[in-house]
Amino acid sequence: MSIEEDKGVFNRGEEFLQVFKKGAEFTQELLKDNERLRYRVLQLEGSQHVPGEYAEPSEENIRLLQRIEELEREKEEILSRIRQVEAENQDFAARYVDIETENNNLANLYIASYQLHSTLDFKEVLQIITEIIINLIGAEEFAIMLLDEKTNELQAVATEGVRREEMPRIDFGSGIIGQVAETGENFFVADVASYSRDLQEPMVCIPLKIKEHVIGVLVIYKLLVQKTAFAAVDYELFTLLAGHAATAVFSSRLYSDSERKLSTIQGFLDLLTK
Amino acid sequence: MLEYQVLIVEDSPTMRQLISFALKRLRGIRITEANDGVDGLKKLSAEKFDLIFTDINMPIMDGLKLVSLIRNDADYKDTPIVVITTEGAQEDRERALALGASDYITKPIQPNRILDVARTLLNIA
Repeated sequence: MSIEEDKGVFNRGEEFLQVFKKGAEFTQELLKDNERLRYRVLQLEGSQHVPGEYAEPSEENIRLLQRIEELEREKEEILSRIRQVEAENQDFAARYVDIETENNNLANLYIASYQLHSTLDFKEVLQIITEIIINLIGAEEFAIMLLDEKTNELQAVATEGVRREEMPRIDFGSGIIGQVAETGENFFVADVASYSRDLQEPMVCIPLKIKEHVIGVLVIYKLLVQKTAFAAVDYELFTLLAGHAATAVFSSRLYSDSERKLSTIQGFLDLLTK
Repeated sequence: MLEYQVLIVEDSPTMRQLISFALKRLRGIRITEANDGVDGLKKLSAEKFDLIFTDINMPIMDGLKLVSLIRNDADYKDTPIVVITTEGAQEDRERALALGASDYITKPIQPNRILDVARTLLNIA
């Protein structure tokens, strides 16, 4: 083979190699395109999946689905627990309000009781009863009537919003006030809102009694403007007043009488010894 | 812990005890009581208070006069004052607010109302 022929073969080999390389590059590009298109097809299949059409789930999908179910169950349990806790909270809140109301009521009762027994001065006791009726019960017009055992009449010893001279003397057992004194039973009008003042027929009449012995009554004719009805604690206050006010009035009256007698006796003794 | 000084000026011992009882539920409250306006002024000059409750109808010096005097005192011009009135005494209430009272409570006293007013005026959560 001549040199010229060798050159021709070499050139053709070079050309063939170039063509082969281009072919290889083209094939590589085709393979890449193929891969890209397959991925795209999968993407499109995934996005255009028709519900109900059967698709063979992969193991990973099955595992994920199971995990989703577990998480859904956990979520339901947590939601159920939250609902339970919320219900408990509401219950606690309601109980808190109840306890606070009860606490306030007990404080009122304690204060009323404490004040009633804080003095042995008859006038002060009447003043304290008046304050309790105004400030704790919320009455505007009322009277404290005591039974005169000599005349068997009920007479007003303290009034608020009503002049004392206006108050009638009531015979024991006569009318609503007299009957309350006789029976020892509380009296409340059926409808506070529609009540109109009548000194013989009060809105409320509470006997002041020591055990079963009635020493007087408390009569209410008008409540403060904002007070439209009695609350549960008011009835408890009335019950407390019926007992504690009676003993406070009775003991202070006895004490005042004995003080007065003692003073008189002391005066005589001083007169005799000087 | 912060301690708030509260003065209650009220001639009725029942009312004083009632307000005091309610306020004691708040933490860090120290309560001083006065029987009337003059007694209240004495207590106000003896120490500094953060909140004042005063009744309107009192002997010797009433609550309106007291509110007016407190507001003219440089030490107390910004101290909250709560007046105690009856619902019907709207005129007194308006006069007290015009004189510089911060708020009012009406009789019969509700402990929750006392607490709400005190919490608001003392900025207690």
